[in-house]
Amino acid sequence: MTAELLIEQFLNGLQFGFMLFLMSAGLTLIFGVMGLINLAHGSLYMIGAFSAAATFAFFNSFWLSLLASFSCAAIVGIIVEKTIIRKLYNRDHLDQVLVTFALILFFSELVRWIFGAFPLYLDVPELLNGSIEIFSGIYYSKYRLFIIFVGLIIAIFLFFLIGKTNLGIQIRAGQHDREMISALGVDISKLYTLLFGVGAALAGLAGALIGTIQSVEVGMGEPILILAFVIIVIGGIGSIKGAFIASLLVGVVDTLGRFLIPWVLQTVTNPSDAMSIGSAIGSMLIYILMAIILILKPTGLYGKQLS
Amino acid sequence: MISEKKISYISLIGIFFIAIFSEYFDEPYLITLLSRIIIFSIAAIGLNLVLGFGNLVSFGHAAFFGLGGYVSGILAIHAFNSELLISWPFLFSGSNNSIIIWLFTILFCSLLALLVGAFSLRTSGVYFIMITLAFAQMLYYFAISWPSYGGEDGFSIYVRSTLFGINTMKGLNFFFICFFWLLIILFITGKVVNSPFGLALRATRLNLTRVKSVGINPFRIQLMAFVLSGAITGIAGSLYVDLNRFVSPSLLSWQMSGEFIVFILIGGLGRIYGPLIGAAFFVAFEQFFGSYTEHWQIFLGIIIISTVLFAKGGIIGFILEYKKNE
Repeated sequence: MTAELLIEQFLNGLQFGFMLFLMSAGLTLIFGVMGLINLAHGSLYMIGAFSAAATFAFFNSFWLSLLASFSCAAIVGIIVEKTIIRKLYNRDHLDQVLVTFALILFFSELVRWIFGAFPLYLDVPELLNGSIEIFSGIYYSKYRLFIIFVGLIIAIFLFFLIGKTNLGIQIRAGQHDREMISALGVDISKLYTLLFGVGAALAGLAGALIGTIQSVEVGMGEPILILAFVIIVIGGIGSIKGAFIASLLVGVVDTLGRFLIPWVLQTVTNPSDAMSIGSAIGSMLIYILMAIILILKPTGLYGKQLS
Repeated sequence: MISEKKISYISLIGIFFIAIFSEYFDEPYLITLLSRIIIFSIAAIGLNLVLGFGNLVSFGHAAFFGLGGYVSGILAIHAFNSELLISWPFLFSGSNNSIIIWLFTILFCSLLALLVGAFSLRTSGVYFIMITLAFAQMLYYFAISWPSYGGEDGFSIYVRSTLFGINTMKGLNFFFICFFWLLIILFITGKVVNSPFGLALRATRLNLTRVKSVGINPFRIQLMAFVLSGAITGIAGSLYVDLNRFVSPSLLSWQMSGEFIVFILIGGLGRIYGPLIGAAFFVAFEQFFGSYTEHWQIFLGIIIISTVLFAKGGIIGFILEYKKNE
């Protein structure tokens, strides 16, 4: 075990964290403003990845497929919001869970119907291939650095949007009092559609970026959706700052935990036991983290105290 | 005039006689399907106790279903291979006796439910949904990465457990065992829901402040309901593993939790027999559309969305409404 390896794993965790932020930012805003639990957010992630893979197959251009990923996801998101999701804003959580669960079944099966059950692959463009020296003697994948960079840009953009713009004021006001801001003349249904579209676009983009590292397949959205839920619960529902901090925390804890725990256990038991017990604990780590945080702060790190 | 009670009795008797006729016409596959319906409905009846009557949306009941399955599977496989399960404080190498398996299942699932409930019930609303989901995911990932019992692939248990010398490998006999369990569970939930305890539970759904002000501690009521609910769903898991003679992490998957909620919703929320109708509809739907297209889940999705948006009372609610208007 070397320092280089540790730094590389840490950067991997950071990269994963930024991608999780793209997912959880939309999810937390949608929940915070509209009070909607959207399980189908993972489907939008999958749709983004598949649109990218299909575009890549036609035009063989990574940048074009990136463009396709968030625009297709946004379009699908807006259509779903206008036809189905809109009816759920005033329903209880159970109805929201059920309908969006049904949307997952629908989209997963539809995508399997169109693209088949085999995974698709996206290639990293020439420009981002290979690795780059970041410190003396420490090399890191250019593509992963690019992902961290994109995540950072979007985080800055979102903080600016929420904190400094007129739209951001409306969004924050919507979190506090929905009825009041519609009474003040803000077209609330337009705001909802827009917000849902932005959330969908971010999820779609994350799908394409992660799909390039892993594979593009049906069911890719659900594991990351559940992580995103863990994040917004840890960060406090509705808080974009909480989502950001929790994303990085979960990304780093998950990646380093899987890597470090087996290694630590090796000092006390034999390697094969250490490997199996370590990976089992490593995969449970973030859920344990979430349970601990909820016990200490039942509304998450930056959540408002619910009455 | 048709009442909820009538619909319930008709469906119970219906399932029983379809099983007898399937045996007579030599349709073993149909009997397996009926057993599956019953097992799923037991699982959903367990969940309905907290979800339908206490308005606690647990999105992690697959944890109890899966734990019940794993406990039964592990006891059975050790007995089959005559391998020691524990060597301290006494030697124990599993068991093939249904009674012992069920006792262990109830014990372990109640303990898990006590633990999960004690943590989760501190929160409410969406946080409760998410933390129950997180606990189930924790177990799911543990099962996947724990190599001793098959990891991601799961393991087979070859023979069903035995009960009083009954040949459980015969489909109809196993169906009777499941059916008997269903009757017991229906009886228990019927009693519980209408007992003072059940009334207090239903009151927590309606007005928490008022429950507190009459001197009832809602946390204790909810926790007790959660433990009972977990034990019932665990029994379903145990039976499910025995039915398929196969244990896999998919028992613990979050789709499983989602499906339990769907059974309850389709049948009718907060009705004792709702999950039975819902599970029967679900399995029949799967078989019917599954024989035409492998993409039947598209239609399932559409049906669920339309049920939630347009027919809130589920199937039982729909029939009652229809008869009233006639």
